Amino acid sequence: MVGITSYGVYIPWNRLNRRAVFSAIGWLNMSTGAWTRGEKAVASYDEDSLSLAVNAARNCLEGQERDAVDALYLASTTFPYAERQNSSVAATALCLRENLRTADFTGSLKAGTSALLAAAEKVGQEGGRVLVAAADCRLGKAGSVQEQIFGDAGASLLIGDKGVLATLEGSYSVSIDFADHRRLAGEVFDRAWEERWIRDQGYAKHIPVAIKALLEKYHLKIEDFAKIIFPCPYENVRSSIARKIGAVPEQIQDSLVFSIGETGTPHPLLMLATALEEAQPKDRILLVGYGNGYDALILQVTDEIKGFRARRRLHGVAYYLNRKRELASYEKYASFQRILPIETGIRGEEIAATSLSALWRDRKVVLGLEGSRCRRCGTPQYPAQRVCVNPDCGAVDEMEPYSFAERTGRVFTYTADYLAFSPDPPAIYALVDFDGGGRFWFDVADCSLPDIRVGLPVTMTFRRKYLDQARGVSGYFWKATPLLAEGGGGNA
Amino acid sequence: MPEGIKNKVAIVGMGCTQFGEMWEKGAEDLMVEAFGEALADAGLEKKDIQAAWLGTCFDEVNVGKSGIPLASTLKLPYIPVTRTENFCATGTEAFRGACYAVASGAYDIVLALGVEKLKDTGYGGLPEFGTVMGTRNRLIFPSITAPGAFAMMATSYFAKYGIDPEAGRRTLARISVKSHHNATLNPKAHLRQEITVEQALKAPMIAWPLGLYDCSGVSDGAAAAIITRPEIAKKLRRDPVYVKALQVAASPGEELIYTRWDGTHVETTFRAAAKAYAEAGIKNPRSEISLMEVHDCFSITELVTYEDLQISPRGQASRDVEEGFFDLDGGIPCQTDGGLKCFGHPIGASGLRMLYEVYKQLQGQAGPRQVKNPKLGLTHNLGGFPAFSVAAVAILGNEE
Repeated sequence: MVGITSYGVYIPWNRLNRRAVFSAIGWLNMSTGAWTRGEKAVASYDEDSLSLAVNAARNCLEGQERDAVDALYLASTTFPYAERQNSSVAATALCLRENLRTADFTGSLKAGTSALLAAAEKVGQEGGRVLVAAADCRLGKAGSVQEQIFGDAGASLLIGDKGVLATLEGSYSVSIDFADHRRLAGEVFDRAWEERWIRDQGYAKHIPVAIKALLEKYHLKIEDFAKIIFPCPYENVRSSIARKIGAVPEQIQDSLVFSIGETGTPHPLLMLATALEEAQPKDRILLVGYGNGYDALILQVTDEIKGFRARRRLHGVAYYLNRKRELASYEKYASFQRILPIETGIRGEEIAATSLSALWRDRKVVLGLEGSRCRRCGTPQYPAQRVCVNPDCGAVDEMEPYSFAERTGRVFTYTADYLAFSPDPPAIYALVDFDGGGRFWFDVADCSLPDIRVGLPVTMTFRRKYLDQARGVSGYFWKATPLLAEGGGGNA
Repeated sequence: MPEGIKNKVAIVGMGCTQFGEMWEKGAEDLMVEAFGEALADAGLEKKDIQAAWLGTCFDEVNVGKSGIPLASTLKLPYIPVTRTENFCATGTEAFRGACYAVASGAYDIVLALGVEKLKDTGYGGLPEFGTVMGTRNRLIFPSITAPGAFAMMATSYFAKYGIDPEAGRRTLARISVKSHHNATLNPKAHLRQEITVEQALKAPMIAWPLGLYDCSGVSDGAAAAIITRPEIAKKLRRDPVYVKALQVAASPGEELIYTRWDGTHVETTFRAAAKAYAEAGIKNPRSEISLMEVHDCFSITELVTYEDLQISPRGQASRDVEEGFFDLDGGIPCQTDGGLKCFGHPIGASGLRMLYEVYKQLQGQAGPRQVKNPKLGLTHNLGGFPAFSVAAVAILGNEE
């Protein structure tokens, strides 16, 4: 039995109220007035689809044996790298084995479900476990409907054949060159054809066809499903699809569009994770990934789901839905997304060159936040050392690898720096003392100024440290972020 | 304990340029001026200099790497010239190289010169540290600035001793007020105006809890010393100044990655000072030291340095500050020339600028800011950040 053995999500901290967007730029296109309900999640200045995918995958891997993962399939239409495999960067960040199959799935918003199907096929044929992670940071042009609809997030599933939470019972895929949205290679902004065509010929016709074909193939009826999951941001179209397929409103999984936005490749997986938070054993779930055709899947929840939810120590979907701050303005959003060029000052212009050979050599230390622990005195230390830092020890070459990425810690001391360049000033950075030992100096992400204090519990988050466009390097590292008991607000 | 260099070398001439935003002067002008004053002060000629050490930190915006820029600017005739660099302790490193060369007997008369031309970088504050930490560290260090890195020490200091941040900021302001006052008596200083505690507290925040007046000046300047053996020095002038101790300590990395350091002091300062006191034979620094020039890159650095130098007990330097112990008329006048805060901080020159002030004070040549009958003066020059530092402590005396 192949299916989902774990799931996780990551939703950025920032929310942008759609009214703020309309107030700022609605004058350009009054039709966006139809899109002023709710808010959307937006990546911070130091996040991209790769960092979102890694953080979602970390959430999914909580309590899982990482060495047991045989492949990593990453899905996005907004990968930072066209060449330098994004899944390979993510695998290093996640400290997965190096004898690993990695693949990037891209080009369509259904790439998330396509990666899921490929993972299930691999496990079906060879056994083992495949980690799937999807994330997107799609941009609509300023004043466009897409700008209002799109949100940023990541979602991740672990596919295996042991301890399955929801088995994959069947699927049906169709490919159509239906160019509702498109982007040439290298383009930043989404381009869309007429919205009525996207909506009425696209979602409203394709999704019912997908669902009917799937039901026919497996001789099932719509009543056989507890939840029906399909990505479509238009509420009236969702109701119309529900009517066409004969579903009652309770069967239709919420689109999240008014809290997170339409997030692209991760969206079906994000909705699925949300559904799994409430699902009961024996529930059947119908999942559609949509874009240039569709993947339609049948999943059935097992008895394992209850134990899984009870065992989980890390945050569920609700934590990320509640962990948020409202961005102060549309302009702040636009500057984070590099739509609005800002005065960075001379400090913001300087990016030190990345030595890719040094980065390769230190890839576990940099991308994986791997340190070492002295076998003689037991002191954990980051970055990894050859000579033990404990002055009472000083052992040479008696180290074993020690991972800090999933450890919590406390702020030992900090500052809020107005001189350092930050797209979200002041730059907050801290010396962090890890629980269990080890100390290092980190930027602090997703932290309101009033919240930072000595002793603040923190956890680590994977971020884009810099984007060196002149040299073609997107650089990643880890930052500390407040560990909130149950969600947490803030303003900026 | 090694024998050290106490009374083995003497300073026979010093020079120091005006510090400040010297838009009309380049590093070449500054080097020529500092060297000229030092030569004249010593009564020597260029041909008497047998070897030289050049201290510059940010080579990208200065004269470039190597010792050649000093040799070619001053037209030193094919003598050995070495460039030293140890972050903000660079100036004292140049001085140390020169002193050791004389103490070893390799040379009789040598030059140490430090220079920095910061105001061609385009930066307010010091230039970015992106490339200076090394190839790996640049991938993992946060995007820090100097005020931010030192501000973190104020955060821990306030937390450890339970000091209300507003009260703590007031003590720090008091330190800057004192240095501003002293600088009004120093025509070579960069920032020469009185300030009040209230002004300091109301100034723009730079890196919490440090405001603008908690930060030293960012300046251009140069300073130079001519060093020789005491017997030659005594022939050249009646008032040479003797090196009593010269110690450096670099951090082994514990502060940053091991959890023992408490964040409220600079361990390298403490270690270098303890060795310097031993070298100089000082048992009780609080009663024996006549004046100090410490590395007040930020007000909090000066506060913790009082404790690291064992002048004030741990956690109690603020009491000495409030009682005026470090004022010009106090028990140990500190920053009599305005310090980094107001004389300014051209990095490579700062260590030598401190020595210049102590030298003048010990000769009784400090004009309106002269300290009464000084015997021993201390300089403290700190490079890097509290968690990642190198400290240099020198002690000078006017009696052999």
